Amino acid sequence: MDWTWFHRFGSPPHLYGLARRLTPWFAWPAALLIAIGLYGGLVLAPPDYQQGDGFRIIYVHAPSAWLSLMAYTWMAVAAAIGLVWRMKAAHAAAASCAPIGAWFTVAALGTGMLWGKPMWGTYWAWDPRLTAELVLLFLYLGYIGLRSAIEDPQRADRTSAVLAIVGVVNVPIVRYSVEWWNSIHQAPSVMKFGKPSISWPMLTPLLIMFIGFTLLFVALLLVRLRGEILRRERRAQWVAEVVTE
Amino acid sequence: MSGFFAMGGYAGSVWPAMALTFGIIAWNVVAARRSLAAARAAARRRISMEDAP
Repeated sequence: MDWTWFHRFGSPPHLYGLARRLTPWFAWPAALLIAIGLYGGLVLAPPDYQQGDGFRIIYVHAPSAWLSLMAYTWMAVAAAIGLVWRMKAAHAAAASCAPIGAWFTVAALGTGMLWGKPMWGTYWAWDPRLTAELVLLFLYLGYIGLRSAIEDPQRADRTSAVLAIVGVVNVPIVRYSVEWWNSIHQAPSVMKFGKPSISWPMLTPLLIMFIGFTLLFVALLLVRLRGEILRRERRAQWVAEVVTE
Repeated sequence: MSGFFAMGGYAGSVWPAMALTFGIIAWNVVAARRSLAAARAAARRRISMEDAP
């Protein structure tokens, strides 16, 4: 099999230029879709028959939780590619995922707590889903802390990659916690096999938000990736060209 | 309109949740751009030091 495309794709100057060109193609559709999804969720969708207007928090909570898991999965995959093929650009991608994922884990936990107070009567419960999502936050913080504690960038890349890969077991635990254990968190209404169990006027804005948050993640990742590539390419001639232009 | 802001009695939960999420989105946009700008500035500094005699 011809692997030249793989090496060309992973070459830092190529990836840097590609990331710069692609960013607006993700950022602007993300802004548009999130605006449309928000209007649909807050204004057009009917109130829930049990939760009234309180259910509208789902339009930011579920996409944030989705992003928190997606970012970790991408981070672990990128870290594994970096470790196996010794690819600097993959380590750069893994390092770029962590702060974004950590922030959206905070968003998922915070919005969940704000929903939990009126619905469950408490901000927090040591429930399997909630606890696993909190562990996800600690994994992100551990990864970021470990990176900043190791001065040599190559050692930081390799050591933190191991943590990222080991921690990925937590992703299916978060995802399936509501099915494996008795959780007070409700079961999935959308991300499941078969027909979604919520009506179309409620579901459509949510799906738009999911796509919007996914595009937002890619846009943020591409911007951070460029910075991480520059930090790893200290002596390359092409860096002088892109930063002085 | 006031009915919309009242959120059927859930205003105290819905609006803080929206503010938190969009605050985090805004901060992530700023932080990503700052991180890139810092890396570019560091690379420029390095190059100007190497160019100096």
